[in-house]
Amino acid sequence: MMPQTREEVPPPATIEAAALHRLFDVLHARGYTIVGPTARDGAIVVAELDTADELPYGIGVDTEAGRYRLRDRDDRAAFGHSAGPQSWKSVLHPARAPLWSADRSPDGTVVVREPAEQQHRYALLGVRPCDLAAIAILDRILVGGRHPDPVYAGRRDGNLIIAVECTEPGATCFCTSMGTGPHADSGFDLAMTELLDDDGHRFLVRAGTAAGAEVLAELPRRPADEATMTRASSAVADAATRMGRSMPTSGLPDLLTDSRESPHWDDVASRCLTCGNCTMVCPTCFCTTTEDVTDLTGDHAERWRRWDSCFDLDFSYLHGGSVRSSGQARYRQWITHKLGTWHDQFGSSGCVGCGRCIAWCPTGIDITQEVAALSLLRLAAESADGKDDR
Amino acid sequence: MSTSTAPSAVSAAVPQPYRVVSRRVDTADTVTLELAHDAGPWPAFAPGQFAMLTAYGIGEVPISLSGLPDPDDDRARRLTHTVRAVGAVSRALHDTTVGAMIGVRGPFGTSWDVGSAEGQDVVVVAGGIGLAPLRPVLHAVLAERPRYGNVVLLIGARTPADLLYPDELLRWGAAGVQVGITVDRPADGWTGHVGVVPALIPIARFDPARSVAFVCGPEVMMRFTAQALRDRGLPASRLRISLERTMRCGAGWCGHCQLGPLLLCRDGPVVDYALAEPLMKIREL
Amino acid sequence: MTDDMFSRVGSLAFFAGLTREQLRALAGAARPVSYAAGARIFEEGETADRFWLLEHGTVALDLQVPGRGAQVIETLAGGVVLGWSWLHPPYRWQFGAVARESVEAVAFDAGPVREHCDADPAFGYAMLRLFTPVITARLHATRLRLLDLYATAAQAGQP
Repeated sequence: MMPQTREEVPPPATIEAAALHRLFDVLHARGYTIVGPTARDGAIVVAELDTADELPYGIGVDTEAGRYRLRDRDDRAAFGHSAGPQSWKSVLHPARAPLWSADRSPDGTVVVREPAEQQHRYALLGVRPCDLAAIAILDRILVGGRHPDPVYAGRRDGNLIIAVECTEPGATCFCTSMGTGPHADSGFDLAMTELLDDDGHRFLVRAGTAAGAEVLAELPRRPADEATMTRASSAVADAATRMGRSMPTSGLPDLLTDSRESPHWDDVASRCLTCGNCTMVCPTCFCTTTEDVTDLTGDHAERWRRWDSCFDLDFSYLHGGSVRSSGQARYRQWITHKLGTWHDQFGSSGCVGCGRCIAWCPTGIDITQEVAALSLLRLAAESADGKDDR
Repeated sequence: MSTSTAPSAVSAAVPQPYRVVSRRVDTADTVTLELAHDAGPWPAFAPGQFAMLTAYGIGEVPISLSGLPDPDDDRARRLTHTVRAVGAVSRALHDTTVGAMIGVRGPFGTSWDVGSAEGQDVVVVAGGIGLAPLRPVLHAVLAERPRYGNVVLLIGARTPADLLYPDELLRWGAAGVQVGITVDRPADGWTGHVGVVPALIPIARFDPARSVAFVCGPEVMMRFTAQALRDRGLPASRLRISLERTMRCGAGWCGHCQLGPLLLCRDGPVVDYALAEPLMKIREL
Repeated sequence: MTDDMFSRVGSLAFFAGLTREQLRALAGAARPVSYAAGARIFEEGETADRFWLLEHGTVALDLQVPGRGAQVIETLAGGVVLGWSWLHPPYRWQFGAVARESVEAVAFDAGPVREHCDADPAFGYAMLRLFTPVITARLHATRLRLLDLYATAAQAGQP
């Protein structure tokens, strides 16, 4: 399901920006439903695209903590924007999904039916390296455990992933700190780097799998020359030095475990609305809940699954009350899980450094600043105890 | 302690219809149901594991097995669940009738790993409905009685009327299990102990140096029971408890059952006390 | 008899930690007792002039409730001490005690023990250090029962 990364692949090629239309034709001819970025309702969202014209040419974004605005670029870059409010989980792990339906016949027999097989094969166009890492994380959780999730498995099966490297990080980005970007090196069928300069609007395209190579072979292209490859890798390397945020990752799980009784949670709780925006925009937040519904006769029942958030008061409801009823307990749960216990549960960090949670928090809570604050508090506590600084 | 080793015999996401073949009223709010499967392979449940039970059209809850199918007896292929009516779904399951259909997904979770106690004394401590998930432990031990040393069963109940499986308790006592029962509130004619269940631990006959303890009940009860067992010299590494958190999937997808680093549907519900103890001390974890 | 009493009192785990002199003083006030099943050991309201170290058998503590008769509030078994009202005025039992089954115990005369506590503060302190944890543990257990942990939310009267 995940593209292999060590298959025989052709060398990198250069395509003109206009070839994106041909890319759409090729993908459609191969039966893919193309999903990619488009500007809608004041944001760059993830949607089904019919033509390359729907890509957000010339649109950039202006982001900061608690802020996201579209702006006009002074060029026609198609991917000149950092992460918007949606991620690929909108496609792969949708906000609402049917799980099964059941009918009871007059003699009491119950027949249960699973939903029809997933009809679409998705081509994901414009997947940022941070989001590539997020998809890999969701793979581990939802299909890498002992019980594969059939909804995710169905939607993930047959994906064609076209990554786009970042050359312009946003103010809230910190993929470099989390080791997930801005360079795409695995997990894709095709990886593109957009170049816009005196030599024109073009893309360096690398195939990561045989499936990607097949698609590339149908596009008008020329072998990438040394200068183009250098320019692309320099632009990406340069982007790595211009990240808006950074996160010290060494010892993070221990820091969060040590901070369980920290006075800092009171501080965050005074700012956090427990609105759950962060969990909705986060590309790795996967929590769901189920709802059983029935018709008036009670003979037809269905179970639907929908996104849930650990910030919801009822998330931890047990025996008449919620285990995590205070806002500070719920914020602590989210950040400790994302940066700490995720390692225990799934073998990696849950954070890919996309910065969405920072931009989309209405009160501008910044996960990197919260970690810094916890770290300082722990240092201060250790000094007070007379221990050595770590 | 082992994780479930057998693959799911039923789809992890879709509840399979099982027929209720018997319903026994245990107490004012608890019943024991036996479920039978009309067709298809039998899921291999181990003691301590749970199933997600669906009351079609109402909802789904995790319920531990309180009795396992006998693999050697086709007619005895029943899943047994003891259900207490505490919410809408469990009330619907509790009120179900013989012949009705209930959806089953599973097995999920870790097992008590009874076999690891072979050659040692077995100490089972149950609080309230916590006796239900422990019942398969007694069955497993008594099925291979010579392999175990002293077998102790200590039970705490709210009142004598809330005691589960009273006939079986008598049979186990006759089969050589030390059965100690205490209630929070006695009723007229009650001649047994009155008080909290940890108070029974000092008078139970077992060798803490060669014992494994299996404890299930409300968290507070488990903590103080663990303390009393440790006071007698039983190490936390040979003490297992069954933890509970809300579950919306049982299969590791929904994120609800987290307790710190543990996903209780996958790393629990049976957890070594050495691992659980520090987590249980943190408020609102 | 006194030597037997001394070694019997000395072997009781409850008194581990007392010095030989302190054990001797206790043994001087001690005698072995046994009660048949159903025998009343003391009545609520009587003078608290003894305390017991239970060795075998179960004892039920009860209170007389008009209209409901004797209500058992707790049972004690195995190696625990019975009675602490002898420690402080008004030296009256707050509850009664009945042998549930045949009971063997060591009974201690409270009067001589109290006199010794007054005369020897170190002994008095040692006795308090033995008895205070018992009282705390019983209070704690009672509070746990008050929490009604085995009740459902509905039974416990929560909203």
